[in-house]
Amino acid sequence: MAEVLVVVEQAGGAVKKVTLEMLTLARELGTPAAVVLGAPGAAAAVVDKLAEYGAATVYAAEHEDLDGYLVAPKAAALADLVRQVSPAAVLLGSTQEGKEIAGRLAVKLDNGLLTDVTGLAADGTATQAIFAGSTIVTSRVTRGLPLVTVRPNSLTPTPAPAEAKVSAVEVAVDGSAKLARIVERVAEAKGARPELTEASVVVSGGRGVGSAENFKQVEELADLLGGAVGASRAAVDSGFYPHQFQVGQTGKTVSPQLYIALGISGAIQHRAGMQTSKVIVAVNKDPEAPIFELADFGVVGDLHKVVPQAAEEIRKRR
Amino acid sequence: MNIVVLVKQVPDSGAERNLRSDDNTVDRESATNVINEMDEYAIEEALRIQEAHGGEVTVLTMGPERAGESIRKALSMGPDKAVHVVDDALHGSDALATSKVLAAALGTVNPDLILCGAESTDGRVQVMPHMLAERMGIAALTGARKLTVDTNGAGGATLTIERQTEEGYEVVTASTPAVVSVWDTINEPRYPSFKGIMAAKKKPVTTLSLADLGIPAAEVGLAGAYSAVVEHAKRPPRQGGTKVVDEGDGGVKLVEFLASEKFV
Repeated sequence: MAEVLVVVEQAGGAVKKVTLEMLTLARELGTPAAVVLGAPGAAAAVVDKLAEYGAATVYAAEHEDLDGYLVAPKAAALADLVRQVSPAAVLLGSTQEGKEIAGRLAVKLDNGLLTDVTGLAADGTATQAIFAGSTIVTSRVTRGLPLVTVRPNSLTPTPAPAEAKVSAVEVAVDGSAKLARIVERVAEAKGARPELTEASVVVSGGRGVGSAENFKQVEELADLLGGAVGASRAAVDSGFYPHQFQVGQTGKTVSPQLYIALGISGAIQHRAGMQTSKVIVAVNKDPEAPIFELADFGVVGDLHKVVPQAAEEIRKRR
Repeated sequence: MNIVVLVKQVPDSGAERNLRSDDNTVDRESATNVINEMDEYAIEEALRIQEAHGGEVTVLTMGPERAGESIRKALSMGPDKAVHVVDDALHGSDALATSKVLAAALGTVNPDLILCGAESTDGRVQVMPHMLAERMGIAALTGARKLTVDTNGAGGATLTIERQTEEGYEVVTASTPAVVSVWDTINEPRYPSFKGIMAAKKKPVTTLSLADLGIPAAEVGLAGAYSAVVEHAKRPPRQGGTKVVDEGDGGVKLVEFLASEKFV
């Protein structure tokens, strides 16, 4: 069976969940092969995890330049590998970096590209949700191999242990790929919460939360449920919570098992980022708030009373 | 500094949006069409750089005739002129073809700096800056929340951005020419003044066809696309479920629901 290349995404030295989803998906199309693009040593740290999810081969493309410049060297190394191994398909995460590498790869290989894919059939037919999740599209790459980016939380990864063979890939990066140099990476404290787009539970606060201080109530409920914290644009614009946690049209798209909207009215721009969530719960004092039109369970009331009570009740049940 | 801002006309994301039933492309006829919101931040950033360092700001749009409205709106914020690539054969172009056309059009302006929004509200694909950089052999600095320009006296400049990542942020630097994409955290776009709106009517807008750019029609549009929509359907709208009014037990009821769904 032909190989399906899965480009590995890592965060803090661990394999991101979207990579495990892609390895699961890749089994439908062929033999999964993981591709690690990074600094020397990047592959060794993750081989076991990749093998656990079915990677028969781990291509280790390692070079300092892959880590020192913005995506262009990674795209160049990946294009070289694709030319060498002629895979059946190439999958990347639908993340900022995944999309950027994919865009360059499409140009380099003169190959079609589909982004934000939520499903992929054995024949390469992809499913996408567009226009704020209101329209479902079935599409195909019609020139070249299926080159797709997969949206995090599209499926549940399942293990399928394999004996991963590590194959070192020679990397030669020329000057044209080294134009955008990363001079500094600044880590910001983010605590133990799961990453927003990968979390199975997301608790978001809106303007109704009222202040940055009050976001502690949102965080408390998220922590009790093992979830990530999100915020509406109104809350971010009001300075209640940092922009990287914004859910909606100009922020992140999330699709968790459970989405809890606290003090969020549910403007279409917000719905664009969350309405494919499995179960939606809303608390809002306005009974006419549009968020209730999509909530499986809604509480009309003051979130400052409802949320602490809910937190207390969860603790009591433990 | 010679700056080009990429501006896309998109269907209003605040209203209902549809694909056409005949060819699965975005229905632009019946939609309210507006400037892609993120592009306004790119225009604002260009104007601020022009105010600090001089030079010229050009708006570049690829789109049908009616995208001219968005070009005038963009010009009313302050850019000097515009280039509109318009050709019936472009209908249905994918990102690859669009990048080919935009790269050719950019070649006619020869900018030091190309600014654009980080994504459009219709496609949300985010690949355009890197596709352009790949085609043009220039640097791409993408997803900027902050942009610093240090001119070198010889017409060029060193560009440095901060971009948000999941772990924190990265500082990335490149020399001009380069393409920089921006998020809406970078600035607060100005509103067009009455004077700006009046002035925009007289600003030069150059229109270019595919023939002007030397690109064969077969390489763009639906026929030249490298991917195709097989079919599309409206997702059935979500149905609201149970709604309770808090009577002092709202939090408990919420948790009872979560427990019934096995989240607690």
